[in-house]
Amino acid sequence: MGIQDLIKKLENELDEVENGSLTPETSIRDVEWWSSMHALVIIALIDTEYDVAISGADLKTIFTIQDIFNVIQEKKKNGSN
Amino acid sequence: MGCTIKHIEYHLSSLKVTNKDLSFAFPNYSEDEIYKKIGVKTRFNTEKNIIGSDLAFLAAEDLFNNSDYKKADVQFLLFCTEGLDYIAPMTACILQDKLGLNNNIGALDLPAGCSGFTNALGMAKAIVESGQSDNVLLLFGDTPGLVSHPNDFPLRALFSDAGAAVWVEKTDSNQLGNFVYGVDGSGAKHLFVDHSCLRNPPNADWLEENADVGGMPRGQMKMNGLEVFSFSLKEVPLLVNAILEKNKLNFEDIDLFVFHQASNIILKSIQKKLKVSDEKMAYYIEDNGNTVSVSIPLALKKAEREGRIKIGSKVLVAGFGIGFSWSGTVLKY
Repeated sequence: MGIQDLIKKLENELDEVENGSLTPETSIRDVEWWSSMHALVIIALIDTEYDVAISGADLKTIFTIQDIFNVIQEKKKNGSN
Repeated sequence: MGCTIKHIEYHLSSLKVTNKDLSFAFPNYSEDEIYKKIGVKTRFNTEKNIIGSDLAFLAAEDLFNNSDYKKADVQFLLFCTEGLDYIAPMTACILQDKLGLNNNIGALDLPAGCSGFTNALGMAKAIVESGQSDNVLLLFGDTPGLVSHPNDFPLRALFSDAGAAVWVEKTDSNQLGNFVYGVDGSGAKHLFVDHSCLRNPPNADWLEENADVGGMPRGQMKMNGLEVFSFSLKEVPLLVNAILEKNKLNFEDIDLFVFHQASNIILKSIQKKLKVSDEKMAYYIEDNGNTVSVSIPLALKKAEREGRIKIGSKVLVAGFGIGFSWSGTVLKY
C-alpha cells in the first residue's frame, strides 16, 4: 500500500472531504469538520481496509495523514493486531 | 431435549424524543446532522418515576395478554437490568409478587447491559436443559436515560429506555444453539455508571457538583466511545466466528445476523468487516435507538413481523458491550 491509496480511501469515506484535497501533511484535527465521529470512521476504515486495529490510545499519537500511514505500516510490520 | 423462544414482547418508554426535540436542547446540532451522525430518528425516555422493572412488568403483561402462556405456568423468572430497584432484595422477587406469579418458582437478577439478552438466554437454556425447570420467563428493563447527564449529547441521542419479556420453553428439538461467552474487565473503565453504588457512592460532594441538573443521585453513565468502538470492531467478528465454529455452521448457513443494536456506525463497520450482505443484516435502531438489553429481542420481534425470520431460519444473535462482555448463539427456527 502507498500513502496515496490511503488518501483516496479517506477521501471516499469522509463525506466532507473533496477528492484531491488531502495531502500527507493535512492535520486531521485542524480541519473545520473534524468531530469524534470522524475518529470512529477512520478507525473503521483502517480496520476493514488494512486489517489493522487502532485503539483510542493510538489515535492520540495521530495528527496528520502521514501519522495514520506510519501507524498502519508499523502495526503491519509488527503483526500486532 | 432442548428449548426454544416461544414469544417476545417489548415495551418502549412513554416520552418520545425526536431529533427536533434534541436540536432544541443542543442548538449546535441540526435535526439533519443528528440523524446523519447517530442514525436514530426517535428515542424514548421514562417519565413519572418509571424504572426498569416497571418497563419489564409492562412487557410481561403484554406477553400474558397476547399469548397462551399463563402466569400460573411460570417456573423460573430471570430479570436482566442494570438499574435494579434496590441493592437488595433482588428485583426478580419484587416482580414475582407484582406479576402475581407462584411462590414455588426460581427468581434471579442478572445485571448485564448490552450483552444481557444473550447472557440471560444462555442461563435460561442451562436451567431448562439441566431439568431444573420446564420454562423460563426472561424479563428485561434498562433505563440508561436515568443515568445520562442532560448535557451528554452522544448518550442522549443514542440510548432509549425500554423493557422486554421473552418466554423460553422446553422442546423436543434443540432450537437454541451452543453459546459462546467472553469478558474483559479491563474495559470496565470505558463504560460505567460513576457514583452509582457501594464502591463510589453519590456522596454530598457529587450531589453538590451536579446540583444544577438535580444532583445525578443515581450516578452518571460515562462512555469512552472510541474505546467501545475499537472493542466492538475487534471482538464481535471473533465472537461470530467462535459461534459458527461451536455450532458447526458455515457463514453462509446464517439467514440473519442480529447483533446488539449498539450504534449505526458500529453495526455498519461490523457488517463491512464480516462482509454480511444487506439482506442478512438486522438494523433496528433508527426508530428506537440503542435499547441496551432489549435491543436483540426487539430486533427479533420486528424481523419476525417483517417476514425476515421464517420456519427453518438460522439467526445468529450476538450481544456485546459494557464490562466489556460479550456472548451469542444461533437460533434455529
